[in-house]
Amino acid sequence: MSTDDTSNVALELHDITKRFGSVVALENVSLQIKRGRIKALLGENGAGKTTLMRVAFGMIQPDAGWISVNGVRTKLPSPSRAIAAGIGMVHQQFSLIPAMTVVENVALGGTGTFSREEIASTLSDISSRTGLVLDPFAKVAHLSNADRQKLEIIRALAHKASVLILDEPTAVLAPGDVTELFKQLKSFAHHGGAVVLITHKLSDAREHADDVTVLRRGRLVLNEEMSATTDESLAAAMLGSSRDFSTPQRKSIPSVSTTVVSVRSVVLADNPRRSPVSLEIGRGEIVGIAALDGAATSLLRAIANRVKPLSGTIELPERIGFVPENRKDEALIADFSLAENLALADASSRSGVMDWNAIADETTEVIRAFDVRTPGNEVSPAKLSGGNQQRFVLGRELRGRPALLVLENPTQGLDLNAAHFVHEQLGEARDNGAAVVFYSSDLDELADLSDRVLVVSRAGVISVPPDRDNIGRALLGTDGS
Amino acid sequence: MGAELALVTDALVRATPLMIAGLAVALAFRGGVFNIGAEGQLLVGAAAATTVSLAGHAFFGRGVVVIALAAAAVAGGCWAAIAAELRRRFRVLEIISTIMLNFIAIYLVSFLVRGPLQEPTHIYPQTESLPAAARLPILVPGSRLHLGFALGVAAAVLLSWVFRKTAIGFRIRATGASPLAAFTAGRIDVSRTSFLVFLFSGALAGIAGGIEVTGVTFALYENLSPGYGYTAIAVALIAGLNPLGIIASGIFFGALETGASALQREFAVPSSIASVVEAALIIGVLTLTAIRNRRVPGRAS
Repeated sequence: MSTDDTSNVALELHDITKRFGSVVALENVSLQIKRGRIKALLGENGAGKTTLMRVAFGMIQPDAGWISVNGVRTKLPSPSRAIAAGIGMVHQQFSLIPAMTVVENVALGGTGTFSREEIASTLSDISSRTGLVLDPFAKVAHLSNADRQKLEIIRALAHKASVLILDEPTAVLAPGDVTELFKQLKSFAHHGGAVVLITHKLSDAREHADDVTVLRRGRLVLNEEMSATTDESLAAAMLGSSRDFSTPQRKSIPSVSTTVVSVRSVVLADNPRRSPVSLEIGRGEIVGIAALDGAATSLLRAIANRVKPLSGTIELPERIGFVPENRKDEALIADFSLAENLALADASSRSGVMDWNAIADETTEVIRAFDVRTPGNEVSPAKLSGGNQQRFVLGRELRGRPALLVLENPTQGLDLNAAHFVHEQLGEARDNGAAVVFYSSDLDELADLSDRVLVVSRAGVISVPPDRDNIGRALLGTDGS
Repeated sequence: MGAELALVTDALVRATPLMIAGLAVALAFRGGVFNIGAEGQLLVGAAAATTVSLAGHAFFGRGVVVIALAAAAVAGGCWAAIAAELRRRFRVLEIISTIMLNFIAIYLVSFLVRGPLQEPTHIYPQTESLPAAARLPILVPGSRLHLGFALGVAAAVLLSWVFRKTAIGFRIRATGASPLAAFTAGRIDVSRTSFLVFLFSGALAGIAGGIEVTGVTFALYENLSPGYGYTAIAVALIAGLNPLGIIASGIFFGALETGASALQREFAVPSSIASVVEAALIIGVLTLTAIRNRRVPGRAS
């Protein structure tokens, strides 16, 4: 294995940094993609995998860092330049035109004239080399998902791609098709191609990739040959092995407490085949939810009374605070002032005339109590940093002491101070008698903050003691993929 | 002096339907509903007001105007309800459905003025003239300026107050600004809110039609509206969807259109110049708005 051989590097990313507003999506990430090898790019949702590969494909321009193709520093201002440089990408959402045939879709993005026969013969070349076989004159609308994905790959190869990036390619495939896909990718790599596989499925990566890179929260945390890793080391890297921050939390043993939330035999629309979920959450406890691949999203929202279950019952208190992960789009309205955003929280229960003076006073109070750095309460939340937005949202949701506080990845994208502040607030809410439920993709955060942890998967919900090893093991054991 | 006064009052008369239909558009747009159907809602409002006035003036006397305007509101609201229900139930795009309903309303009026509502002699494609009792009072003696203009200004002030001060106005603004946040953070029933906004928007446009009939034309006929409902979109957009601004932009467009007719009469300048100016203005305003929105930070991907 000549992994240090730079002549073998097809595509290299150097110190890529990318920010979206105040959120750091990528921070100094460097990556080599080598000919003849399949690289798995692993990470949880929001770790920055897709963003990184969009940089490599010219869809996103990095704020800092540079790219070299075949050892030559190159600018990729657009996907068409990336394609010209021999880079192909298959997105999670296919970019095909269903009303057109296979050859016509392959011809898309070309210039000048094209001949169906010429493209058809290119396609037969490709199929003899890689085993990717498709009827060139079939309409895309009639193709299965697996065939559409094949077509995406064929199109990239027809445009002479030597680097192939696939974003979660197995998500849309049946198990048999997955095996087939990897056979073809291996044959492509065998003929000198380089493959990048964006995935959060450990099993796919471990079985089929030669190299592995793990991103967590926009940082590169592991970069190895696959053979040098174990399931445990990869999971630890994905979910957070090193302590990102210290959390001085008192673990209180919940005294036998009154039940605040009671979920009975609930089935949810996004996971209809999961066995019905029943659980209870009491006053004065913090319950951490661990899950892979958004398996807990709608359960959490059902507990926050934002999603109705298909069947079963959920008993909830009157006052519920909810902090969604997507602050910018779900918690706040950019066109509104901070005061208006504060009033938003109980918009549905207000009637008559709004007392804007009182609301402005309350806003000022939240800004003070939660140390929100803002020029005033009339500015748009878009002017605040992510940490200050989160402080504001948390302050708003904790106002009036809700009996239940539900949070999704509450420290995602926050700096250490803001994350620490959020942790303190959760502890304080708990000590004041609230039931606190939060989902986190960070194992340490779950272990440090929770009184107990529930691991939610496609299969069901199990309760585990709040320490990293137990949570990690339960997550892997129930990954189910 | 008299001629100049007439120019001003004519502009205000012309501004009245633009202003009220503009408020209808602004209400819808602020609530996240793209009601392009003010034209059709205005026409069915006019038809309803005409029908009620002709049939009811004998019983109700002067009070028939109030009932006619109420009927116009109900008719406009019902016309909008078709598109609103299609949107709520089947997610039919209201931009398309309201435009289609405009065509239906235009031909519905055609049918009415050639069929059941045609004047007794059956010569002209229009209804009988409304009797004096069914007409809106004149504000400035000797001019055509009628009470409808004052009603329009009052409606603008009221709508502005609703948006700024009331809980329902706040919910409408939140739903329009971000349905996702309105639902997730505000727990607002977004689909119900936009449905109601749609109905009230239609009702306002219907009133604009009712006022036009009872204040200006005194009869229903085919080309009653020279595209008021479409110009109203421009009126609303130029005012930044601000109800008080719509008073100004409504008067501006009213002046522009009456001025263009005068130009054509006096100096043979084609009155289409007003349409060209309007269209150029709309493109300009839309471009400026787009540029401003692009500068909002944190809007990436």
